[in-house]
Amino acid sequence: MSLFPFFRRKTFSRGVHPDANKRTAGSPIRRMPFASRMILPLAQHIGKPAVPLVRAGEEVVRGQPIARADGFLSVPLHAPADGVIEAIELKPSARGPWVESLVLRVYEASTQEVRWANPCDVESLSPKEILQAIQDSGMVGLGGATFPSHAKLSVPAEHKIHTLIVNGCECEPYLTCDHRLMLEHPADLMVGVRLAMRAIGAERAIIGVEDNKLDAVAAIRECLPADSSITVQVVPTKYPQGAEKMLIKSLLDLEVPPGKLPMQVGVVVNNIGTLAQLGQLLPAGQGLTERVVTVTGPGIKKPGDYWVPIGTPMRTVLEWAGAADSGEREIILGGPMMGQAVASLEVPVTKGVPGILVFDQLQIEAARQVWPCIKCGECVNACPMGLNPSMLGMLAVQREYEEMGTHYHLGDCFECGCCTYVCPSHIPLVQQFRVAKGVLRGKAA
Amino acid sequence: MTMTPRIELRPSPHVVKGASVEHIMFHVVLALLPIATFSVWQYGLSALALIVVVTLACIASERLFNRLSGKPSTLSDWSATITGLLLALTLPPSFPLWMGAVASFTAIALGKALFGGIGCNVLNPALVGRAFVQAAFPVAITTWVPAFAPRRFSEFVPTTFTAPLMTPPDIAAWALQAKSVLDGFTGATPLARWKFENVLATPADLLSGAVTASAGETSALLILLCGAYLAARKFMDWRIPVADLGSAALTALVFQMIDPARYPDPLFVLLSGGLMLGAVFMATDMATSPVTPKGVWLYGALIGVVTVMIRYFGGLSEGVMYAILIGNALSPLIDQVTQPKVFGAVKGKKA
Repeated sequence: MSLFPFFRRKTFSRGVHPDANKRTAGSPIRRMPFASRMILPLAQHIGKPAVPLVRAGEEVVRGQPIARADGFLSVPLHAPADGVIEAIELKPSARGPWVESLVLRVYEASTQEVRWANPCDVESLSPKEILQAIQDSGMVGLGGATFPSHAKLSVPAEHKIHTLIVNGCECEPYLTCDHRLMLEHPADLMVGVRLAMRAIGAERAIIGVEDNKLDAVAAIRECLPADSSITVQVVPTKYPQGAEKMLIKSLLDLEVPPGKLPMQVGVVVNNIGTLAQLGQLLPAGQGLTERVVTVTGPGIKKPGDYWVPIGTPMRTVLEWAGAADSGEREIILGGPMMGQAVASLEVPVTKGVPGILVFDQLQIEAARQVWPCIKCGECVNACPMGLNPSMLGMLAVQREYEEMGTHYHLGDCFECGCCTYVCPSHIPLVQQFRVAKGVLRGKAA
Repeated sequence: MTMTPRIELRPSPHVVKGASVEHIMFHVVLALLPIATFSVWQYGLSALALIVVVTLACIASERLFNRLSGKPSTLSDWSATITGLLLALTLPPSFPLWMGAVASFTAIALGKALFGGIGCNVLNPALVGRAFVQAAFPVAITTWVPAFAPRRFSEFVPTTFTAPLMTPPDIAAWALQAKSVLDGFTGATPLARWKFENVLATPADLLSGAVTASAGETSALLILLCGAYLAARKFMDWRIPVADLGSAALTALVFQMIDPARYPDPLFVLLSGGLMLGAVFMATDMATSPVTPKGVWLYGALIGVVTVMIRYFGGLSEGVMYAILIGNALSPLIDQVTQPKVFGAVKGKKA
């Protein structure tokens, strides 16, 4: 807490300050070579899985669509390399269940050249055509949400959008992929931001960047248009600054009502990585075949940001980045606060994987002993949504799931992990809430 | 065959702040040690014996209930040690050791184990123990000895080694002789003297500890310093003592403005009795205080007001213990009515 709140930049209430550990921020993005075999799940996005356009045994070239969107809330899939489709079968996924995936055996002669593209003049596109082009590119929210981008930018007639917020906070510790993209591709970002603004009919865009990335702010400011329709605003470094509702609060002092989307207050939020890549892909008429992934953590010998072809198995990434191969370790897809630990090295990098963390013994042991809740109130002081995680946790133990939903606003929890992060008793609160939400969903269905 | 490294699966978040119950409790123990040391310096061997016996009895009781409930030992979380130290500091230095042990056992048994151990208790265990012996041994708990007696490091107060289940001897004569070099020892606490004899102690006496009181209640400045350490390290919620002391001072001020002849000034109210120790170390017990920000202020303010009310209008000269116990009992209710506002919800409207 500061003694001089008036001198501080506006931000949301509560939240936490985990150690940043962004040790990969200083080095340029490197390219990771093709794996010999890629795994491409058909459902890498929220919505209906894509429908395969190829059969086993068929040869494909880099950039070629290999699965089509199934309806509006769905996106196509593109071949990340030249090769032959070996099989369409069940493969392990990050969340555990085996899912239908295309298996691509990559030709050794495969190059970086994208051989399937349909360049177009984006300036002449109508908003509708922009949305179609975005869907065709297979773009989803690259921050981890994996919600199809064209759907997010489709504004129903009853909403008028005044501001596009571009989320460059990257508040998750360890991750630096968005940071590097802002530094290295600010021009692409501007193209993407303008396209998104035209698609939603917004007159201004605000790029929100945390104050631990001032070099990125400077890089973007170089590229800003003269008409000041796009601005960069620095926000305090605090987790979860990059959560949609928190960032809207910090930048515009607007609160999105519970259960509502940002559109309700006239705002659409897009991740910076998503727009930077859109700015690259749309003019070139290409599909999403690779993304920037931060590979880091105490268990990695060559940490860094990499352009990783989508479909690259975890094993290949870890071999390339030099993961220590002894002792107990934890492999996390995404950031340490909201990421998903994976059980199998066969799980591939998909569209929504911003980072791969390898933790060793030290991190794993940190929170092993669990005490009962001592009602210290730390979680209440940390929850950005103004919930009472302490009470929710006690109700969860009693299996009073209905009570959690009706009286303690369980539905507003977006699982940012602040409560569990601060808990001195190491109670797995977020996990309890996930279970409770699952049970309530099951009951509702 | 090559060994495949073991892959650990944990739910997010995968990092923690690094705080632990053990860590917090250990620092509370550290913060209590200077106060205990001051008490020993003030009252000598008897205070030392009392603190050691009461604390050890608490630890032994905790271990006993661990065994009875078939759970692993919870001694490493330091909470039983805190209960012991706090309990000892609220007892008169002359308190017979066997009675101290009874208080310890009651504190852990009725105050903690009955509810299911750490975090589950409704009332502050140390105060439950003290309330029990206050009812059981009303004379012993109001028998005071002078501070800074010249021979405090060479002899015990005669009551200290009273045989179990025996009534302690009358120490009025001993105290008179011990005080011969000291002025002003009356066998009553400053609060009782104000209440029953209308004699007011000076702030200088109260601050320097040259008064009769419970073992750890005389060093207001030291208590504030130790509390400030805990608050700065975020092991304690600073809002509770601020609300408690603030509301007590404010209530006292209002009464003094109504009738300056009858009611003492707020400074006397703050510095006398157990208010400081209670506000800083007992009202702030995490398990028995509210968790919501508004609730914390309300709870602290309530304790302050009730303390002054009991002191002014109750039959007892001291009200901190019951005020905190009332606050503890009301905590769940306070939490209920002070739930934080959910992000985005419109005030006054149910989301």
